[in-house]
Amino acid sequence: MMHPIRKQRLILIVSVVLSVAIAVGLILYALRSNISLFYTPSQVAQGETRPGQVFRLGGMVQKGSVQHGQGLAVRFVLTDFHHAIAVTYTGLLPDLFREGQGVVVQGQLEGGVLLAQEVLAKHDENYRPK
Amino acid sequence: MIIFLRSLLSPKTFSRFAKQCIPWLYAGFAVFFTYGLGGGLVLSPPDYQQGDAFRIIYVHVPCAFLSLLIYLIMATSAGIAAIWKIKLADHITRTSAPIGASFTLLALITGALWGKPMWGTYWIWDARLTSELILLFLYLGYIAAISAFSQQRSAEQVGRIIVLVGAINIPIIHYSVYWWNTLHQGATLSKLAKPSMDAQMLYPLLAMIVAFFLFYLAVLLTRMHRIISSPYANSATTGA
Repeated sequence: MMHPIRKQRLILIVSVVLSVAIAVGLILYALRSNISLFYTPSQVAQGETRPGQVFRLGGMVQKGSVQHGQGLAVRFVLTDFHHAIAVTYTGLLPDLFREGQGVVVQGQLEGGVLLAQEVLAKHDENYRPK
Repeated sequence: MIIFLRSLLSPKTFSRFAKQCIPWLYAGFAVFFTYGLGGGLVLSPPDYQQGDAFRIIYVHVPCAFLSLLIYLIMATSAGIAAIWKIKLADHITRTSAPIGASFTLLALITGALWGKPMWGTYWIWDARLTSELILLFLYLGYIAAISAFSQQRSAEQVGRIIVLVGAINIPIIHYSVYWWNTLHQGATLSKLAKPSMDAQMLYPLLAMIVAFFLFYLAVLLTRMHRIISSPYANSATTGA
C-alpha cells in the first residue's frame, strides 16, 4: 500500500494539524464571550453584564416601539422575544433601521434604559425582489 | 489515463498541458463573467430590503468564496507536497498565494464598501470580519516567509507548515457566523439547504463564482507555465 516513510509523514502532519486545531478550539471556547459581538436582552436580564459597562446589545426592534423625539433623538425597544430593553439614541440611523429589523447598539445601561452611542443595522441572508 | 495523469506530475509536461488549457479557461471566464455581470447588474431586480446596494454581492461573494477555496487548494497541495514530495504541488501552493491574497483583500474592501451604507460602519471586529482579516495575514505571512529564504528547499518546507497550520482558520471563517453572535449575516448559499435567494438573483451570482474560479485557474496556469518554462527560474524547477 503506502510507502512506510510516506505513511509516517502523513501521520505526523495529521497529528500536528489535529493538535493545533484542538489548541485553537480550546482558546476560542475560553474566549467565546469576548468573541461574540453582542449580548442578547436575555443575557443582560441574567446579569451577564456589569453595571456601568459599555457593551453591545443585539436584537430586533420591537414593532410599534419606535418614537422619534426632538431632532435626531429616537427611542425604541430591543427584543429577543423573551426579554426586552428600551434604548435611547441621538444621531443618524442606518438606512436599514426599521421596526422588525435586527440591530446592534452599543452603549451603557442607566436605570434599565440603554443609552446608545452607536446603532448598526443587521440584515439577513435572504435576497428577494421587492 | 493513469499514465497521462502521472506524466502531468512532471513540471515540463504539465507546463505544456497548461499552455493548451489557458485560452479555453479565459474563454469560459469571458462567457460566465459577461452573463454574471449583465444578469447581476442589469437584469436582476433590486432587493426587497437593500435595493440596488445588494448588487455588490456579485463581486463580494465570489471574492470571499475564492479566498477560502484557494487556501484549501494551497493546503491540499502543501499536504501532498509534504507527504509525496511532488514538485508540482509546491508550485501550485506558491503560485496560488498572491492570487488568494488579492481575492481576500478584494473581499474585505467590497465588504467594507457594502457595510457602510447597510450596517452603518465600514469595519467592526466581529468574528467573520476578523477571521477573514487573519486569512489575509496568513496569505501575506506565507508569501513573506517563503521569500525570506535564499534556499528554495527550506522556503518550501517552512511554507508547507505555515499553510497547513493556517488551514484551521478556514472552518473558523465559515462557521464564525453560527458559533458566535456577529453583525455579518449567515450564509446565503449552502450545499445542503435551498439557497435563500431569488432565482433571478441567484443564477448570475453562481455564474460570477464560476467565472472567478476560471479566472483563478487561468492566472494560476499562466503563471505556472511562465515560471516552469522560464530559463532563469532554474531554482524553481530543480530546488525542491
